[in-house]
Amino acid sequence: MEIYRAHVLVCKGTGCTASGSENVMEAFQKEIEKRGLSKEVRVVQTGCLGLCELGPNVLIYPEGSYYCRVKAEDIPEIVEEHLVKGRIVERLLYKEHLTEERLRSLTDIDFYKKQKRIALRNCGLINPEVIEEYIANDGYKALAKVLTQMKPQEVIDEVKKSGLRGRGGGGFPTGNKWQFAANAKGDIKYVVCNADEGDPGAFMDRSVLEGDPHSVLEAMEIAGYAIGAQEGYIYVRAEYPIAVKRLEIAINQARERGLLGKNILGTGFNFDIFLRLGSGAFVCGEETALLASVEGRRGEPRPRPPFPANEGLWGKPTIINNVETYANIPPIILNGSDWFASIGTERSKGTKVFAVGGKINNTGLVEIPMGTTLREVIYEIGGGIPNGKKFKAVQTGGPSGGCIPASLLDMPIEYDTLVQAGSMMGSGGMIVMDEDNCMVDIAKFFLTFTQDESCGKCPPCRIGTKRMLEILERITNGEGKEGDIELLENLAKSIKASALCGLGQTAPNPVLSTIRYFRDEYEAHIKEKRCPAGACKALIHYEVMADKCRGCGLCVKVCPTGAISGERKQPHVIDQEKCIKCNSCFDRCPFGAIKKA
Amino acid sequence: MAVIKSIEELEKIRDQAKDLINLRKDNETKTRVVVGMGTCGIAAGARQAMLAILDEIKKRNLDNVIVTETGCIGLCKYEPLVDVIKPNQPKVTYVNVNDEKARQIVVKHIINNQVIDDWVIPNI
Ligand SMILES: Cc1cc2nc3c(=O)[nH]c(=O)nc-3n(C[C@H](O)[C@H](O)[C@H](O)COP(=O)(O)O)c2cc1C
Ligand code: SF4
Ligand code: SF4
Ligand code: SF4
Ligand code: FES
Ligand code: FES
Repeated sequence: MEIYRAHVLVCKGTGCTASGSENVMEAFQKEIEKRGLSKEVRVVQTGCLGLCELGPNVLIYPEGSYYCRVKAEDIPEIVEEHLVKGRIVERLLYKEHLTEERLRSLTDIDFYKKQKRIALRNCGLINPEVIEEYIANDGYKALAKVLTQMKPQEVIDEVKKSGLRGRGGGGFPTGNKWQFAANAKGDIKYVVCNADEGDPGAFMDRSVLEGDPHSVLEAMEIAGYAIGAQEGYIYVRAEYPIAVKRLEIAINQARERGLLGKNILGTGFNFDIFLRLGSGAFVCGEETALLASVEGRRGEPRPRPPFPANEGLWGKPTIINNVETYANIPPIILNGSDWFASIGTERSKGTKVFAVGGKINNTGLVEIPMGTTLREVIYEIGGGIPNGKKFKAVQTGGPSGGCIPASLLDMPIEYDTLVQAGSMMGSGGMIVMDEDNCMVDIAKFFLTFTQDESCGKCPPCRIGTKRMLEILERITNGEGKEGDIELLENLAKSIKASALCGLGQTAPNPVLSTIRYFRDEYEAHIKEKRCPAGACKALIHYEVMADKCRGCGLCVKVCPTGAISGERKQPHVIDQEKCIKCNSCFDRCPFGAIKKA
Repeated sequence: MAVIKSIEELEKIRDQAKDLINLRKDNETKTRVVVGMGTCGIAAGARQAMLAILDEIKKRNLDNVIVTETGCIGLCKYEPLVDVIKPNQPKVTYVNVNDEKARQIVVKHIINNQVIDDWVIPNI
């Protein structure tokens, strides 16, 4: 094998691909060729590095220099300076990377320091399209171990002892689930991977599939061995073309290498994996709806029991786990359940991947040990709130979750604490909100989503969420009535109690949690017809403060409706009839003379 | 691609494949070799020295050495310059390194831990 002195890793995750990493990679290859460095410097594509917003991202080893927003035009300079002369190109370096003229190693950057990468261990490290790179980093070693050294029950016991709980939402203990399926009678059993990832803004599972597809394949094989299954299905959304392509490549390579198929590694174990593309309906992520969809039927939930472990795919015993849940399995088998159980807290073991977004400086993908506080994630890893604004709340658990207020920022992140706080772990969406976000409006946003995605099978969800949404719309339009809050609470209670599937049962959560922590905002809308955050258009109007206005006329130029008038150097006025509340004048005024009220 | 028929074959492939990603892991614990690549360093044959070092690392299957470059250090008459920095040991700088010297530095210093005093930079 050739020895290279430097590796140039170009992120080819969805985020960086969208910002042009394909061109960057080509430019590197061309330039390196041109400079005659092809034998010394290797260009490698990888999966998501986490800081997608700064893409295209490039890592150069052995130094571990992290370059952001790299453009094709920058490549000759990087090659000349860094790869030929060994001089770091400072202007492109990640901002925190350089202290006192010295390069900090990647793991010392605030964004990575508090992270612990288990599920994401290979993301941004290996080329996901080359099975040998996965093998090099202990890939398929866990499979080899279970096939030769462990009985199926020992595998299940190991997963049980690790304390691993499902990462797809519910947090059900994974080992127990496997035990049910192993105990179920039947010769034919199935292993299914839930890669539907429907939460708005979530991309944890996508990143694992794009950056490390083999880890999911290996884990599904281990699960198959444990419960006695020979076939696995991955249900992945069609809107994830890169993930689908990487999975296809990975499955083909594993088959060619005999790591999928008959008599795997000469042990007599047979297992194969097939892909099913999802249409993207949110409810198809619910396990019974997903199984129906894999079978080619309409993706509608059905009542449980029977649980999939007893009657799943085509009526056979089936385990269904989330992508991230699977990605944790090979390290658990290799390092042992004690190792995994030593990370995290009493009732939540290991790590969790979050897609952090909203009003935060470092948006991106992070993996933290369970028990890390929200404050650490938002302020230390996430770099805090931009533009000096005040933190208001953080939303976890996506449309099924809730908003957590500033008073609970020091809460450790665990399945149970999040539920106590009126939210949930969910699959790992984390949206940060600042003082400009109206909490009634946020509740409305999530309920609009679930109402839209309700499959309509059961009335409490179909009709109940619609009623709730109507009330929220009324409140944000300034037409809220005395008693609306109580009405919302009652509707929420009955929907939660009677909806058939998790979608309906959890749909009221965003409303309930915002009422719980931000009741005063609801009341301000209803009683005073006022939106304290200044976000609900119907409840605000724009005014020029005469004492601050210098009559510069800039607002007049940006107003799309000609609502502003005034003499030069004289205070201007806004014609409320014409104003459409577009906020342009507010943003434009250099003297802060426009106020929202 | 050939089918991997046994655990032993898998381990063999893993061993070979380690070199693919080795450069991206645990670099703090490896020996660093730094080659001076200023204009005059290159003119004096720094590239040949570096390629010789890489070749020797490959031949001897060393997985705990990284090779990087640095720019001009202002000592033109001693170029090519090569630094060897072992973990927790002071930096050793060799001067006027050519292909042959480079290979010996790998064998004697990096592998066998013997500094080659004759080639070390004089006290100036
Ligand atoms: C409406 C709805 C949507 C869901 N979407 C997903 C999803 O996108 N991905 C996922 O892994 N689980 C999703 N789930 C949870 C699954 O039903 C199931 O609990 C999970 O796949 C089990 O895997 P785990 O135990 O590994 O978490 C959803 C549940 C509901 C009710
Ligand atoms: S709760 Fe909603 S999504 Fe679930 S089955 Fe009923 S109508 Fe469909
Ligand atoms: S931009 Fe501000 S200062 Fe200028 S005219 Fe408008 S309100 Fe007055
Ligand atoms: S908010 Fe928009 S429409 Fe209204 S006055 Fe300002 S610029 Fe004009
Ligand atoms: S896609 Fe490149 S950092 Fe996330
Ligand atoms: S260029 Fe070599 S010492 Fe200056």
